[in-house]
Amino acid sequence: MRRLVLALALVAAPLRADSDLPPAPLADTQLPDPKQEAQAQALMETIRCLVCQGQSIADSNAELAGDMRAMVRQRIAAGEKPAAIRAWLVRRYGSWVTYDPPLDRVTWVLWAAPVLFLAAGLLVARSSFRRRRA
Amino acid sequence: MTGYRKWVPLVAFILLGSALTYGLAKPDTTNIRSKMIGASVPSFTLPPATAGLPGLSSSDLATGQPHLLNIFASWCVPCVAEAPQLKAIAQAGVPVVGIAIRDRPEALARFLARNGNPFRAIGADDMSQVQMAIGSSGVPESFVIDGRGRIVQQVIGPINPEDVNGLVAAVKAAR
Repeated sequence: MRRLVLALALVAAPLRADSDLPPAPLADTQLPDPKQEAQAQALMETIRCLVCQGQSIADSNAELAGDMRAMVRQRIAAGEKPAAIRAWLVRRYGSWVTYDPPLDRVTWVLWAAPVLFLAAGLLVARSSFRRRRA
Repeated sequence: MTGYRKWVPLVAFILLGSALTYGLAKPDTTNIRSKMIGASVPSFTLPPATAGLPGLSSSDLATGQPHLLNIFASWCVPCVAEAPQLKAIAQAGVPVVGIAIRDRPEALARFLARNGNPFRAIGADDMSQVQMAIGSSGVPESFVIDGRGRIVQQVIGPINPEDVNGLVAAVKAAR
């Protein structure tokens, strides 16, 4: 009985949250030109997957991530610059979609934080050294 | 180090700790709003997604009449839950058009036979290219498109029964 249940569990169809269309042609196929493929790969590693949100589209198995990889490879193969493709995505989804956020009014704190923390550390160090000497 | 100054590091630490705890505890917003609201629908042409209904192109959305554009799929479970609401919206006189994401014609025909067909046209987006162009990140999503083909509003997730009247009004206002 238990074996039967296990066997049935193996063949049972899970509730689908994915289509049954095969992945887009360029989703998992490298471009023939290694230079273009390297460009596409570098870009894909810095584009955030819209479905799994914590992964880049290079790492994600989501179908939409596959379609995004196909889109990136198609455009690179057509001669488009990676920066233009990133800008196209940012125009649609906001800076959220890139792991390489542009410097703007919202993100400047992110870029300035290391300098600010270093300055604060220097201030603390200076005051404690001065105290010891006195 | 006298008076209040010795408390500064502790207060700073508590503030930082509270901010980080708040960031961890607050519910994650997983909805990604399209930044295309206010812009024109990007130009596209999609073939028919199933027999008996025309495909969809961006020029169909700029005919002087506002539309509700529904992004859906037959394999999407929440899309089934949304079907009665789409039917009600279509019955209220709103032209509803669809984009089917990564779908098969026969699966889509079964979906429409089972859940009703509120659509005047459905385009087949087999590689999610138009979905990306419009700034949508999942199914189902709906867009209110005005008569000139501009995106007025985005609804993320299924349309609930209480949203129907508001959406009908929004589409009718989007001349």
